[in-house]
Amino acid sequence: MSRKLYPLLASLLVVATLLVACQPATPTAAPTEAPTAAPAGPSGKLEIFSWWTAGGEAEGLEALLKVFQEQYPNVEVINATVAGGAGVDARAVLATRMQGGDPPGSFQVHAGHELIDTYVVAGQMEPVTFLYKEGGWLDVYPQDLIDILSYNGEIWSVPVNIHRANVLWYNKAIFEDNNLEPPATMDDFFQVAETLKAAGITPLALGETWTEVHLFETVLLGTLGPEGYAGLWTGETDWNSPEVTEALNNFDRMLNYVNEDYAALSWDQATQLVIDGTAAMNVMGDWAEGYFKAQGWTPGVEFGWAPSPGSAGAFDALSDSFGLPKGAPNRDAVIAWLKVCGSREGQDAFNPIKGSIPARTDADRSLYDDYLQSAMDDFARDTIVPSLMHGAAAAPSWQQAVIDAVSLFIANRDVDAFQEALASACVDAGVCK
Amino acid sequence: MRIRKERLLAITLISPSVLAIAIFVYGFILWTARASVSAWKGLLPDYTFVGFSNFIDLFRSPRFQIDLRNTGIFTVLFLAACLSIGLLLAVLLDQRPRGEGLFRNIYLFPMAISFIVTGVVWRWLLNPATSIERLSGLNLLFHQVGLDFLISKWYTHPTLGIVAIVIPATWQMSGFTMALYLAGLRSIPDELREAARVDGASEWQIYHHIILPMLKPVTLSAVIILGHISLKIFDLVIAITQEGGKGYSADVPALNMWYTAFRALRFGQGAAIAIIILLTVAVLVVPYLIYTFRTEAEQ
Repeated sequence: MSRKLYPLLASLLVVATLLVACQPATPTAAPTEAPTAAPAGPSGKLEIFSWWTAGGEAEGLEALLKVFQEQYPNVEVINATVAGGAGVDARAVLATRMQGGDPPGSFQVHAGHELIDTYVVAGQMEPVTFLYKEGGWLDVYPQDLIDILSYNGEIWSVPVNIHRANVLWYNKAIFEDNNLEPPATMDDFFQVAETLKAAGITPLALGETWTEVHLFETVLLGTLGPEGYAGLWTGETDWNSPEVTEALNNFDRMLNYVNEDYAALSWDQATQLVIDGTAAMNVMGDWAEGYFKAQGWTPGVEFGWAPSPGSAGAFDALSDSFGLPKGAPNRDAVIAWLKVCGSREGQDAFNPIKGSIPARTDADRSLYDDYLQSAMDDFARDTIVPSLMHGAAAAPSWQQAVIDAVSLFIANRDVDAFQEALASACVDAGVCK
Repeated sequence: MRIRKERLLAITLISPSVLAIAIFVYGFILWTARASVSAWKGLLPDYTFVGFSNFIDLFRSPRFQIDLRNTGIFTVLFLAACLSIGLLLAVLLDQRPRGEGLFRNIYLFPMAISFIVTGVVWRWLLNPATSIERLSGLNLLFHQVGLDFLISKWYTHPTLGIVAIVIPATWQMSGFTMALYLAGLRSIPDELREAARVDGASEWQIYHHIILPMLKPVTLSAVIILGHISLKIFDLVIAITQEGGKGYSADVPALNMWYTAFRALRFGQGAAIAIIILLTVAVLVVPYLIYTFRTEAEQ
């Protein structure tokens, strides 16, 4: 009897296992349920996906969520964060979820090509132009920025902040001791660097691969000017031109003035060299300001800043933004969230803590420190150009090709091969002929 | 009747794992192979057939050429170091010294740690700063004991960077190799050694003519296990170098695959790298499998 039962039991076990395996791992929240409890405004759950986990940015997100909760108390926010440098890991997780048809309510993404070439061309986003029209945002966001956010005549995301990439940070004590002024042009930079080198100080602090690409992008901007630089990403500037060769030579020369162990340092370890006084300058985005302040330095007292060499009048911008995925659960709550992200109140809550400037030009200046106020002035006045390393200028595949080219160049220092690689990357991207 | 019933039971019991392996291993291998000859770039799958152009692009890419060279160097040095250190430790422990169990455990412990943990620790130990005031990790140690000539750029050395990765990998895996060899040594009957000694053979001759030849199957297993680890190594390299060192001095195909697929979103090309890694491992493993099947069949 029992022998006969064995195969039966075994097959039952198999079937049961398969059934369990086929069930969805997490019960999907019914998004539109229980409207009775909420007389006005959206309710239910809203998942916000980001890579803001470090000090400053996590608190900034909390502040923004608080503003949202005050206005929409019936929405339960799920704060989904994935840690990892510059969001590479988070992007991998997000891409998998979007491919699998399981989008979060809204997600953090670098405004510009990273969003457009990844999700918009794949037809996975809804345009949010209507929010700009309803909210009158078209008047308070700079036109250059709207251009970066747009594709096919529609706007695709709501930026909450702006960071500037082309900033040169310097140790004021070292500059005063050596009677130096922050360099305005490339030639100034090389003079200053020579003086510092003679004094036994590393002129420029540099870190791992992405910070090298970051520096490279500011050198392109400083040598070609804002129009020339922006044209590189639209095919209007020729990558084979002598101006680009000059930029590459400048970058090559700059690498003679950096700390020797740069390939092993993260960006903040490189910034720390300036604080320690072993290095005098560092080209880094303005999130470095938060790091200086966290180490107890006051803007304008211990450290100063200037546009990176040759880039005065240009604002190399990157922006964290939120979009509206197609098929997002609880669309009403997502739209409410995007309205908060684009509002003055939301941006003024988030940015002073995160250490960035608002994307709106009508923010309350008194909330921001000296550096951020100067950045706000420049943002309103300068030509805004998109950052390559931070996702605004080019598609991710093109960006990776540039990263590969820069990484190979810093090892072999072959300018001709470098230029050839950059030119063919533009052709591969389908932008150059 | 009995036999048929038992067979039915056996088939029922193994079918879930067979099914799971068929889908999640072989199914995905086929899917990756299909993706590797597709134009898939960006988020949405695009199965347009493009022939071997992904592979041709790869072999033309300077980064991938460096990767292949690095994998070759890494595999040869890693195998040589693990096998020689493992054999040496095993022979020493086989002399049954006092506290053998303790030593055996100490040598085996590194294997219990994940490569990521090893990598984080060794990233610090292999700090590549070489100027006197900024030394740290091993370089600082060398300086303090007066061995300044050993101070190195480690994994950021433009051509030898990959060699630095061999050190932590060997540290982690040589104890495991020792365990394999020790088991092999212990399975050699004492009578053989006794007989050789009676015949007047020296210890060296015993090792050379009896023990080492009898350890051949163990060596083969060790080569397979270590070889497949080194050909697809990823975790240790990403933990130590983040992006592959200076100018991809310590880059490996698996790291390139991760960045190609998930940062550049070139899934077609990423799949091509995955297939090449699979093929290199297969070159190592398949002959071994055939060999094992044959010996089993002979027995």
